[in-house]
Amino acid sequence: MTAVTQPSLKGRWRFGEILIQTGLFLCAIVSVLTTLGIIWVLLSESFIFFREISPLAFFTGLKWAPLFEPRHFGVLPLISGTLLITLGAAIIALPLGTFAAVFLSEYSDRKTRQILKPILEILAGIPTVVYGYFALTFVTPLLQKLYPEIEVFNAASAAIVVGIMILPTVASLSDDAMRAVPGSLRYAGYALGSTKYDVSFRVVLPSALSGIVASFVLALSRAIGETMAVTLAAGATPKLTLNFFESIQTMTAYIVQVSLGDTPAGTIEYQTIFAVGLTLFVITLLMNFLAQKLLARFRERYD
Amino acid sequence: MFDTRKLEKNLKRRKLVGKVSLLVCVASTLFGIVLLGVLLIDIVRDGYAYLDSQFLTSFPSRFPARAGIKSALWGSTWLIGCTALFSIPVGVGASIYLEEFAARNWFTRFIQLNIANLAAVPSIVYGMLGLVIFVRWLNLERSVISGALTMSLLILPTIIIASQEALKAIPDSIRFAALALGSSRWQMVRDHILPSAFPGMMTGVILAMSRAIGETAPLIMIGALTYVAFVPERLSDPFTALPIQIFNWASRPQHEFHNIAAAGIIVLLLLLLTMNAVAILSRNHFEREQH
Repeated sequence: MTAVTQPSLKGRWRFGEILIQTGLFLCAIVSVLTTLGIIWVLLSESFIFFREISPLAFFTGLKWAPLFEPRHFGVLPLISGTLLITLGAAIIALPLGTFAAVFLSEYSDRKTRQILKPILEILAGIPTVVYGYFALTFVTPLLQKLYPEIEVFNAASAAIVVGIMILPTVASLSDDAMRAVPGSLRYAGYALGSTKYDVSFRVVLPSALSGIVASFVLALSRAIGETMAVTLAAGATPKLTLNFFESIQTMTAYIVQVSLGDTPAGTIEYQTIFAVGLTLFVITLLMNFLAQKLLARFRERYD
Repeated sequence: MFDTRKLEKNLKRRKLVGKVSLLVCVASTLFGIVLLGVLLIDIVRDGYAYLDSQFLTSFPSRFPARAGIKSALWGSTWLIGCTALFSIPVGVGASIYLEEFAARNWFTRFIQLNIANLAAVPSIVYGMLGLVIFVRWLNLERSVISGALTMSLLILPTIIIASQEALKAIPDSIRFAALALGSSRWQMVRDHILPSAFPGMMTGVILAMSRAIGETAPLIMIGALTYVAFVPERLSDPFTALPIQIFNWASRPQHEFHNIAAAGIIVLLLLLLTMNAVAILSRNHFEREQH
């Protein structure tokens, strides 16, 4: 046998390997660049706005009327509009979502859950513009039959559809959290003479609480950023109100209104959308961080 | 002494509470499902009459009877095609890096946290990013390519997270076997990990695409037009898309346009249904082939 010359195994794949690894690394870096891009765009464009309008006036002003004279740049009416929608959505989605999660996780068998959960998740996959249409042409006429004095554009119909929209987020994530609670806790409950209700609501639910609250926070952050349903159904009247039957305007709906209108780019009126966008981004970012923290705590306990 | 009567009464009450709570839980679950049914029935009832071949092959019009979604359908097709082209390689690449190559250190954790946060950023914020970076800075105008790039950034976190799940589901024994036989990391990924993870990744990718096809707000931000009477032919052409056209019709006061919006919604939902069916079928197909 001729002696086999040892090929240089060592360096054989190294160059290609490094090239590919670098390429893959750059793909991952795109996400970091996206975040930096968002922060940079919002800060630099808002800076142009805040050079003329003081942040104090912006964040504490009670009147929002940037497009007409006399102009006012107080963002609180937009924030209150967003919070009103979020509150209404929360009233619908949080209890219903939690109960649905208890059913999926504790009462239904594997097969029922495998059918029901995907159906429920379809609700989260339906485009938001469809919900807007549904709010405008189905929910509002229905509400008008019940309360004739309700306005055509009202916070109630938008809040209802946003609630339906975020319901699967709450149900699905809370179900995951409750199913992660170890069976031993349930057996311990039964061994002490608990009923199914006691085990589900007084053992599993509290044990999964941080996971469930995380699902609440994520769902509400979705409601805050929701755009199309509120633009179509809630109206374009920024005002400080707690009345669900009135027309209001959310932060997102305002941004859409300006970008659909003919406000010239670069004017102070136009720059308002970046200041409002920055406010929206910071609020949702804080909520997401909170949800991540809660989830981390939950995983630490059970994984 | 032990009072059995009291115990029995107590037990009865506890069982009643159990029954009531079960009822509440079932009702809550059904609430969402029933509403899904109501929503679909309402839309089909409103839009069914306008759904014909004329609707699919006409451009938008001032007259409800002549309005159609040809330009929106083509615009959406262009948009999704380009978005897939940009986002799938980058998303899958990022997930491979994070799962198969990255060291478990603070920087990887930072990227991971960053992706989780990006997934929850409101879509309208991506629209502002696209408006400033792609439309203004890179001077791409209000074109198909601006829309597709914006949409790609929007769905990238979804693709990365779904692909990572698919990669995590591959047992380590496959990795060890490949490495033990002398393959390099990339050979291991290319020849063993990717083929096994493919069905899972595909499902995630199609779900991300169906999110992109229904997104409206970012396209409004970058200035996709609401009235387009032509089909885009180049990446640099202006365009409209299905959800934009639906939004435009739904926001008009006339009742006829609401029905046309419903017809557009039916087309959009059928498109979504087809994509999801393809995702499920192809996953089943590939999974059968492997086992």
